[in-house]
Amino acid sequence: MLTDLTIAQAAEGLRKKEFSAVELTKAHTDAVEALNGRVNAYITVTPDKALEAAKKADSTLSAGEAPALTGIPLGIKDLFCTNGVRTTAASKIIGNFVPPYESTVTAKLLENGAIFLGKTNLDEFAMGSGNLTSAFGSVENPWHRKDDASVLVPGGSSGGSAAAVAAHMAMGATGTDTGGSIRQPAAYCGIVGLKPTYGRCSRWGTIAFASSLDQAGPMTRTVEDAAIMLTAMAGHDPKDSTCADVAVPDYRAACGRSLKGLRVGIPQEYDSPLMATEKGNDILAAWKKGAKILEEAGCEIIDVFLPHTRYALATYYIIAPAECSSNLARYDGVRFGKRAEGATSLDDLYEKTRHNGFGEEVRRRILMGTYVLSAGYYDAYYLKAQKVRTLIQRDFTQAFQKVDVLLTPTAPTAAFARDEKPEDPVQMYLNDIFTVPASMAGQPAMSVPVALDDKGLPLGLQLIGKHFDEETIIAVGSALEKAAGFTARPDLRAGVSA
Amino acid sequence: MSLDLATTRRIAKLARIGLDDQEIEAVRAQLGGILGWIEILDEVDVEGVPPMIGTSTNAALLPREDAVTDGDCQDKVLSNAPDREGPFFTVPKVVE
Amino acid sequence: MSYTIEGNTGTWEIVVGLEVHAQVISKSKLFSGASTLFGGEPNSHVSLIDAGFPGMLPVINQACVEQAVRTGLGLKARINLESRFDRKNYFYADLPTGYQISQFEHPIIGTGVVQIELSDGSTRDIGITRLHLEQDAGKLMHDQDPKRSFVDLNRAGVALMEIVSEPDIRSPEEAGAYVRKLRQILRYLGTCDGNMEEGSMRADVNVSVRKSASEPFRTRCEIKNVNSIRFVMQAIEIEAARQIEIWESGGEVDQETRLFDPHKGETRSLRSKEDAHDYRYFPDPDLLPLVVEQAWVDELERGLPELPDDKRDRFIKQYGIPRYDASVLVAEQAIADYYEEVAKGRDARLAANWVTGDLFGALNRTGRSIQDSPISAQALGGMLDLMADKTINGKIAKEVFEDMLETGDSAADIVERKGLKQVTDTGAIDAAVADVLARNADKVEEYRGGKDRLFGFFVGQVMKAMAGKANPAIVNEALKKVL
Repeated sequence: MLTDLTIAQAAEGLRKKEFSAVELTKAHTDAVEALNGRVNAYITVTPDKALEAAKKADSTLSAGEAPALTGIPLGIKDLFCTNGVRTTAASKIIGNFVPPYESTVTAKLLENGAIFLGKTNLDEFAMGSGNLTSAFGSVENPWHRKDDASVLVPGGSSGGSAAAVAAHMAMGATGTDTGGSIRQPAAYCGIVGLKPTYGRCSRWGTIAFASSLDQAGPMTRTVEDAAIMLTAMAGHDPKDSTCADVAVPDYRAACGRSLKGLRVGIPQEYDSPLMATEKGNDILAAWKKGAKILEEAGCEIIDVFLPHTRYALATYYIIAPAECSSNLARYDGVRFGKRAEGATSLDDLYEKTRHNGFGEEVRRRILMGTYVLSAGYYDAYYLKAQKVRTLIQRDFTQAFQKVDVLLTPTAPTAAFARDEKPEDPVQMYLNDIFTVPASMAGQPAMSVPVALDDKGLPLGLQLIGKHFDEETIIAVGSALEKAAGFTARPDLRAGVSA
Repeated sequence: MSLDLATTRRIAKLARIGLDDQEIEAVRAQLGGILGWIEILDEVDVEGVPPMIGTSTNAALLPREDAVTDGDCQDKVLSNAPDREGPFFTVPKVVE
Repeated sequence: MSYTIEGNTGTWEIVVGLEVHAQVISKSKLFSGASTLFGGEPNSHVSLIDAGFPGMLPVINQACVEQAVRTGLGLKARINLESRFDRKNYFYADLPTGYQISQFEHPIIGTGVVQIELSDGSTRDIGITRLHLEQDAGKLMHDQDPKRSFVDLNRAGVALMEIVSEPDIRSPEEAGAYVRKLRQILRYLGTCDGNMEEGSMRADVNVSVRKSASEPFRTRCEIKNVNSIRFVMQAIEIEAARQIEIWESGGEVDQETRLFDPHKGETRSLRSKEDAHDYRYFPDPDLLPLVVEQAWVDELERGLPELPDDKRDRFIKQYGIPRYDASVLVAEQAIADYYEEVAKGRDARLAANWVTGDLFGALNRTGRSIQDSPISAQALGGMLDLMADKTINGKIAKEVFEDMLETGDSAADIVERKGLKQVTDTGAIDAAVADVLARNADKVEEYRGGKDRLFGFFVGQVMKAMAGKANPAIVNEALKKVL
């Protein structure tokens, strides 16, 4: 089936004329049509635009010299502004927003020939770990526990992208990661998710959650596909002051690179959260398995210490809300978005619009952020957190003097069921415990699926690299992927069930 | 650390999020819980540690040249306005 | 000369500090490529960045940084090689993003000084605390609709320099002199046009009062957005009087933001709930630290124009003109340039008299600026040349000047056309002298009898007889000889 192909395979097939871009795209728009009613991976689908673009891709292909992603159908997280296509951030407050501009990352993908199937679902404004806060309904994880029909969450916030890729409703998808929003859903859905170094991809045109942390990245079924997509997405953008002017290598070339002599660090602090839970054993086992694979591939496995790991999550839940409270101030019902009716004054307009337009979790984070920045609390919370952040980064800098890459679990559990969602926000936040430290330090990190737990759910391992050294994590990730032989696919996917 | 209702109300006012009494109480309790959890940072000695500014992956701003390269896109600017009047955005009357 | 106010309980001193917002001269905005031109169609000089659209990001304008540094150099201030941008968070309809990008903790320019000159000729140094870059807000229109205010974002994002003074100012006159001097420096530097009517310069005035210079500062009030020098001076006087009355009646001045109403001649409280303000400043995560190189700063310093104080001192020395005249002539770069062109190779004092006297008078009368003076510096110089070579005398020069104003002709042409050339023919003058003396024999007697004052009368009569064109020196000589 065309929907079963990887991006690399499809690109080859297109060039060999085994099938056309229109056929490939049609297979995917059909899959989306068949499955989206249940999976809800897409908020907005654009099949007509996709097929139109596929026709163009076919002519580009026959003319030769087509860029790498020509004719490849992708899902785009509905946080990337797309010119003329509704962009909602999964929020009511901009539920009808049609940007008159294209984000840099999606523009680069378009230039590279990619075809957009639609806009994928997410936690509202990318705030969540379960895709449970979308104003457009939650996403169903295409995976299910053995002999258990419970609907599982796909993770978040890029849950729609992860589910779409896992269910073969897209060959790949863009995600954004602030504290784990690419990696954790990738782990929950058994796919690859890569968060590049902060500054690797432009943030221009991507709706901001927390500016010092947000980073776009690819979500795919293989490491090689992630490398292909990242090569197209990355690069300097003068429109984003935080985007680095660092040359973009051909990341695909790093796949299959020899790992002989590579030093892999195992952070000793990362096992304690697992010890505490009964489900942690499977994850610990997967982690050990990963280390063993890398050792056999010629890596040196070294214990390292990241002593401030235990403070990363609390630090994150000060800094990210602080930035979000300011970033989301622009949603006021004046220049765009949904304006509340019947406001009697300017403040009344703001208060009603923002109360009605934002969901509970977004409101909570805005309020939290407002609090930690407010007079009398700034030093105790925000400033303190930024200092701890320096210490967290120093941990990584020191560790990377001894090792080339770190190997950790991606998430403390496999996907959980919707009805198992904890009531306490703090319990929910704990899902990000392994992904947040790398985000705080701006390190590149990738989740790679390596095993199934005893219930048949996928588990991912995380590779964390040095700044701008995505190549090493891609090289290690592709070896890990190959040796782990993770071939399992979800029961809910294109061509299998509908 | 617990949060009192007056502070919660002040925060909601600052953030311009209208909350009724029940919502205020719920927020107060939840934020209080999160703040309690955040107290773990009290353990960290940050004496002499500089706060992180931006991230360390990029050193300084790259200024752009002074040229008019943008604007003159009234249509785009106004295209999503929920209540526009001619070339203007509108808000409920502001008394200055 | 110290300024004090007599209250019922004694003498009061006022303490004033100013925050001047000066619009930076640049083509595009501080963080976007939209035009800064004044007076476009509403919402036309607006980019999606200025309008705060989702995902839009700021990029700093090099020219605005340069203007800030040049201004800092002009204020003899410390240039901070590393500065930062912070967000000042508040909601208002003219602020699209919900925060203003400003510099709070680490401004680009540190402490400096401005020397002011007072009417009695004394000077005082007013300390500059800091200068920072920030964004302007948009504009609201309240009078177009009964229920709604309209929002125009053309100004939103235009670069401003906020220049904060120390609380060193002690009188309304000093405040006026300070703003005038600051404006003069900015205009010399070409960093702000100083146009207060169009709002490109406006001041927030911090006023407090105290019983004596040894008493610590009392609570101050901030009078927002005062848009003329006259109003700055009036507002200080009125606000000081209000505060003195409160203190003297046993009250307590509240720290608050006030508005000056020039029509009613009062200040009134602008925000009743001051405690509702909490700007939650924090470093803008979309922007990295702003770093400038010392070598670049040095280069800018070398490229600075001569500033008014230096120019004034040079004029006094080089041209031998009085300090007052020099100050007047350096008020604006264009005037100073004009003067220097007139004075070049000529009698510099005479040039100063003509520029500050007749020319300024004429410009005032016709409401023109030096830039569109009907008499160019060259033309005025040409007239001075005719005086120097005695083609015309001072009296005729006045007539020629008026003609030049009207017709724009050169002095030489006018002299030619009107036949105003000075008569130096001693024969003609001797004849006129003889005629005048003959017609005034009685006065000649009186003069010879010791009434010396009558000499002037004879000069006048001779000049009159010769239609003013006689060379006065020759007339004098001829009269003396005969008398």
